Amino acid sequence: MNFNMTHPDKITPSVAATSLGKAVIEIKDLYKSFGDNHVLNGFNMTLLEGENLVVMGKSGSGKSVMIKCLVGLVKPDSGTVKVLGKEINSLEQQTLDELRSDIGFLFQGSALYDSMTVRENLEFPMRRHKEKLGVVSDTEPLVREALENVGLAHTMDLMPVELSGGMKRRVALARTLILKPKVILYDEPTSGLDPITSKEIIELMRSIQKKYGTSSLIITHDVDCARVISERMILLVDGINYAEGTYSQLSQSTDSKVEAFFKK
Amino acid sequence: MDNRSTLFKGVKEFFVEIGDLSYFTARFFKEVLKPPFEFKELLRQCYQMGNRSLVLVTVTGFIIGLVLTLQSRPTLIQFGAVSWMPNMVGISIVREIGPVITALICAGRIASGIGAELGSMRVTEQIDAMEVSGTNPFKYLVVTRIMATTLMLPILVVYGDLVALYGSALVENLKGDVSFQLYFNTVFDALSYADLVPATIKSVFFGFTIGLVGCYKGYYCKKGTAGVGIAANTAVVMASLLLFVVDFIAVFISDIFYEL
Repeated sequence: MNFNMTHPDKITPSVAATSLGKAVIEIKDLYKSFGDNHVLNGFNMTLLEGENLVVMGKSGSGKSVMIKCLVGLVKPDSGTVKVLGKEINSLEQQTLDELRSDIGFLFQGSALYDSMTVRENLEFPMRRHKEKLGVVSDTEPLVREALENVGLAHTMDLMPVELSGGMKRRVALARTLILKPKVILYDEPTSGLDPITSKEIIELMRSIQKKYGTSSLIITHDVDCARVISERMILLVDGINYAEGTYSQLSQSTDSKVEAFFKK
Repeated sequence: MDNRSTLFKGVKEFFVEIGDLSYFTARFFKEVLKPPFEFKELLRQCYQMGNRSLVLVTVTGFIIGLVLTLQSRPTLIQFGAVSWMPNMVGISIVREIGPVITALICAGRIASGIGAELGSMRVTEQIDAMEVSGTNPFKYLVVTRIMATTLMLPILVVYGDLVALYGSALVENLKGDVSFQLYFNTVFDALSYADLVPATIKSVFFGFTIGLVGCYKGYYCKKGTAGVGIAANTAVVMASLLLFVVDFIAVFISDIFYEL
């Protein structure tokens, strides 16, 4: 993979992104502002089939806004966002909902429904997508399988409040997996977790990727997480993809803005 | 200049709030008729709201009936009109005190609860998670809650009225040797459809207002966890104020019908 250093006025997609595999996510010239705060200023990105792509950026750099544009939670001011070949912003609600079943989203704070048990949390996404899963009435086997994948089958009847932070993240991951998505978007998967639990979550993400062959887009500011899981990285600075390459390429960069990410 | 700009900002915010609330109301009416319908969640919300408010409505209603009778008794005795007690209490409770007090209790109990619940779901991204999973969160969370308050409040009001009348009857029974049967017979003789129908319709609007404001404040909750407290608090204040506005409009309209 090539290491591309890009600057605000000359952004070029990486060679890796254009010459390998089929693109599952394509973002072109994405702009988003909140009042006077220009969060994304022409961000470009391509995620390839089966790839683990990490987007790193400082807090408030627009990583979460970018990832939310991918599932239609945030409408961009301009630019194109294609997921699995479909332009997100021009889809009808029903088509968007169908497409969303192919996109798993792990939220930063797990976002488990407080008023539901773990089982109900996992059953909830299946309500609208039973046909896709071939489920008629009994959802138990699917719920059990998803929980077994994250090693938490015994928590099925617990409430989220009874789980630790790491367990919540794993249940959220199981909920993400239950619709058997083709792409998984991880928004800060290790934030707020201790180093050991973070490591467990990263291992889990890797094993899921191997088992299901999903493509993963990981948004993080955790360098260790990026080092272990990334096949390719994009550094998001000032709303653009400032630099792109593998972990070892970027970590050896002498550019001050890139270096800042890897300083211990 | 500072005062003027603060005033201008306040007025602007007020109209923005009215506009947002109107848009939210319009969206409710658009979504409520569109399938899929969340009947299971609606029933759950009805049960939750009715069940959780029952004790509060019982205690408040009973004490209101008790106090109203105790306070009115000496004056009515002075005028030799104590036999009018069931009529007076019955009409005032059914037409005004019952619906308004029950609605205010529910505004405190339900609107704040909805505001806090939806607000916390908003800040912890649970609403976003719902949307990503292909479920329309407005339909699942907002429509069901507004429908539940709209359906449950009239039931709670009727129940609260009966409990208040029982409290009043108890005082009359203990202090005035009036049997429960005679008391309730007199009350129901004094009441007409012209008292019951407007009060019930008013309760429906009260329920709608409580659900609408609670959901609106919670659904658009901002500023992290601090915003949850603000959402719960402003939901109660706004719902209580709007209840009086709705009450005034309802009384004004029913007054026109009385005169016809």
